[in-house]
Amino acid sequence: MHAIFGRLSLEAFPYHEPIVVATFVAVVLGGAALVAALTYFKLWGYLWKEWFTTVDHKRIGIMYMVLGLVMLLRGFADAVMMRLQQAMAFGGSEGYLNAHHYDQVFTAHGVIMIFFVAMPFVTGLMNYVVPLQIGARDVSFPFLNNFSFWMTVGGAVLVMISLFVGEFAQTGWLAYPPLSGLEASPATGVDYYIWALQVAGVGTTLSGINLVCTIIKMRAPGMTMMKMPVFTWTSLCTNVLIVASFPILTAALVLLSLDRYVGTNFFTNTLGGNPMMYVNLIWIWGHPEVYILILPCFGIFSEVTSTFSGKKLFGYTSMVYATVVITILSYLVWLHHFFTMGSGASVNSFFGITTMIISIPTGAKIFNWLFTMYRGRIRFELPMMWTVAFMLTFVIGGMTGVLLAVPPADFVLHNSLFLIAHFHNVIIGGVLFGLFAGIYYWFPKAFGFRLDPFWGKVSFWCWVIGFWVAFTPLYVLGLMGVTRRLRVFEDPSLQPWFIVAAIGAALIAAGIGAFLLQIAVSVWKRHELRDVTGDPWDGRTLEWATSSPPPDYNFAFTPVIHDNDAWWDMKKRGYTRPMGGFKAIHMPSNTGTGVILAGLSVAFGFAMIWYIWWLAALSFIGILVVAIGHTFNYHRDFHIPADEVVQTENDRTRLLSGRV
Amino acid sequence: MSRYRVFAMLPLMAALSGCNLVVLNPSGDVASQQGNLVVISTLLMLLIIVPVMALTVLFAWRYRQSNTKARYEPEWDHSTQLELVIWAAPLLIIICLGALTYMGSHLLDPYRPIDRIAANRPVPADAKPLEVNVVALDWKWLFIYPEYGIAAVNEMAAPVDRPIRFNITASTVMNSFYIPALAGQVYAMPGMQTQLHAVINKPGTYKGFSANYSGAGFSQMRFAFHGLDHDGFDTWVADVKAGGGSLDRNGYLQLEKPSVADPVRRFATTDPALFKAVLGQCVDPARTCTDNMGMGTGEHGSSGHGEHGSSGHGGEHGGHGAAPQGQPIQGQSIQGQSIQGSAAPDAPLTGAGLPRPSNS
Repeated sequence: MHAIFGRLSLEAFPYHEPIVVATFVAVVLGGAALVAALTYFKLWGYLWKEWFTTVDHKRIGIMYMVLGLVMLLRGFADAVMMRLQQAMAFGGSEGYLNAHHYDQVFTAHGVIMIFFVAMPFVTGLMNYVVPLQIGARDVSFPFLNNFSFWMTVGGAVLVMISLFVGEFAQTGWLAYPPLSGLEASPATGVDYYIWALQVAGVGTTLSGINLVCTIIKMRAPGMTMMKMPVFTWTSLCTNVLIVASFPILTAALVLLSLDRYVGTNFFTNTLGGNPMMYVNLIWIWGHPEVYILILPCFGIFSEVTSTFSGKKLFGYTSMVYATVVITILSYLVWLHHFFTMGSGASVNSFFGITTMIISIPTGAKIFNWLFTMYRGRIRFELPMMWTVAFMLTFVIGGMTGVLLAVPPADFVLHNSLFLIAHFHNVIIGGVLFGLFAGIYYWFPKAFGFRLDPFWGKVSFWCWVIGFWVAFTPLYVLGLMGVTRRLRVFEDPSLQPWFIVAAIGAALIAAGIGAFLLQIAVSVWKRHELRDVTGDPWDGRTLEWATSSPPPDYNFAFTPVIHDNDAWWDMKKRGYTRPMGGFKAIHMPSNTGTGVILAGLSVAFGFAMIWYIWWLAALSFIGILVVAIGHTFNYHRDFHIPADEVVQTENDRTRLLSGRV
Repeated sequence: MSRYRVFAMLPLMAALSGCNLVVLNPSGDVASQQGNLVVISTLLMLLIIVPVMALTVLFAWRYRQSNTKARYEPEWDHSTQLELVIWAAPLLIIICLGALTYMGSHLLDPYRPIDRIAANRPVPADAKPLEVNVVALDWKWLFIYPEYGIAAVNEMAAPVDRPIRFNITASTVMNSFYIPALAGQVYAMPGMQTQLHAVINKPGTYKGFSANYSGAGFSQMRFAFHGLDHDGFDTWVADVKAGGGSLDRNGYLQLEKPSVADPVRRFATTDPALFKAVLGQCVDPARTCTDNMGMGTGEHGSSGHGEHGSSGHGGEHGGHGAAPQGQPIQGQSIQGQSIQGSAAPDAPLTGAGLPRPSNS
């Protein structure tokens, strides 16, 4: 038995945990309903041919967004469970979660929200928008893009499996050793963590390489670096950060795996190992990671502010330099995550001051948005509402961040709920608000109709108010000396604050509900919300030059760029769409290799987690065989015939003229 | 204390007056300076945050689409003067804050012996700090008082206005030693020693806990910290001594086993070499102290190799017979420094495992 199933046995299934069992039943029923519906409507072939195997950056981008949304529901369910537990567990009450369950919940919440919500959302938007903004047909390596996406899904699948088979890590989202070592965490939780991140990390790294190449090599003629849209600039910096930092995460996790699997002692307490090495490595990745998330959002805010103010972006050059400076500085600050681990005063003050310096270019960015609004004509559509909410929310998060960069202040606030409030303040108030701005902004481009504004506003107000109701109490609790990750509390005077925070979480839940409802309502009313122009917001950048949704080939002719805000410039000069002279367009072919490779990687990860060595060996060989086999696939491109291009473009001409 | 008046003017303070913001209103001088730094830094940053927020609201309102009276300049996208202000204003704030940070980091360095008991009250020349060795165990705190030979679990006492020097380590995983009313936190890490200097100014019972998640029993890893007047402290010590109980190596090995929500325990006597052994991770005589560990040492804890106290490499290498007779690894001999002899606290390990330049 052991040779076949490794350490997987019946005890691995948490059937004694009613919450998990109920979730499992719901997932099975929901999943069965979904499978039945897909089968009934005969959608499997369509999904496989048109979506799963696609190499079109636009469809991959949309699939990333779907992944992010699904995982957001899971990560947020974890958040609600934590808020409930902390609101209940007073006066000797144990709450409703035992330590084993609660500790998994907060670990999974962090891991999922960063790796499987924020990252897919950000990557999805970049994937969708960047090639369009630079006037390209696709990314540099379309197959790699598909493969990257499915590896990210593979990581998410492993995390989801851990819910029902075995357990997830109980270590906190960065899994510091010695706690994540074999002695303190002998079960499968940390192994799920390691392999989920390793599998997804392959995807993220490759997608970073892909987008860097795309931006460097595939810009339309005339688009010099300093004529690139700001979102493309921030995407470039983000992907440079990904390429430079994710290998560090991979290496740190490899060393941790070696400690756990073959008994090396990189991060043990004895035999020369030093757990602080891990802490350093993980934060050398971890700090750039937060800039990987926020920089594209800064780009979104730049595009949105400029578009909805009907004005050129103020200080484009300084915006670009600010982004580059942040990119570089983000590598010089990692130690501020552990001032309290006993470094000397000189080391601490160095890292404290470098951290503060980052706030200078960030501040400059805020001012640039401010002066873009100045003497503009601001249309308060949903993307702009999120942007203003961001500006008002993020500055507070930025301020508390700089405060935490003062080492002596950090000594009293480190690991406290004040810190939790701070980073949710910048990640929700910055990254998430930015993602919503981006989703509302580009949704009409992707689907040809806008999202319903009424439900969008309901969602907006629930989110913004909910955020402040949920996290202001945490700031206060942090100042009351309450630390993070506590499961039970002694002091009853804290309880009201936790109840208020739980109410905030309920408001945010309403915001998420309204967002889902909004998508449903918008699909229902899509004919009312239809945009046939391809340019619903009077946009400024190239993605608005093509139809919504764009044709597979994006642009029938590669545009030529003369100025920043290329599309605005074209409109100003009385640009007319070319009506003839179309040629066949060379395109990459779809392939299922990415799905297969990612599936094998999940099998490999699962086998490694459960010590099922034969399956690990088999799936690893499978990965090699399929990957090498794919290099012999010579059917990797095709031409869209000129007739079809003519047809597509004529359809659009009819749509456009029908509008007048 | 005058700085508090500034803070009290904030409406926030009024709204929060009902709750105990221990971080901003602590009872020890070090925490109080750290709390002041929190307030000053915040005020300094509000100098720029408040105008930015006000301008955001103002511009958003004034330049809304429906306000056709406002000026509209769609092509205006650059102003050198404005750019200068935009970069200079945050820069100036950061220069001030950076200076504060530099000074604060050095003055409030937890390794630095304190030179004042409170504002305008320097430490008397003859004052000898109370030494407390702290061990974070799964999931309880052990406090050893080498000066008195006593020890306590989940309870700590210190006399008011006497400097305290904590030497901090842990048994298995990382924790963070934190008494918000007394001073900022410092991590407790196995095989490494960190330090904290502090003083408590007001008598009272304060909360102490681990501020770094360390596993299943973490939530209940709490202790009471008693700030006592001089006589009160003497009484406490006498009580502990009168209570009997002894903490030797075997007792420690029992105590070290994971347990949750432990009651207070006191020990009238302790093995004087215990803390050093904890730091060297060799309370169990079967384990080689990290300072005595050679390159060829086998798996830790196995086969009783490496007699405690032997020098250089650890004796028999079960299963590793071919391993070279090791020279101490560079990094480990550095670790050794902090553990050798009674001079340990003067050459503490920093978190990064590097020796610190001496403070003197």
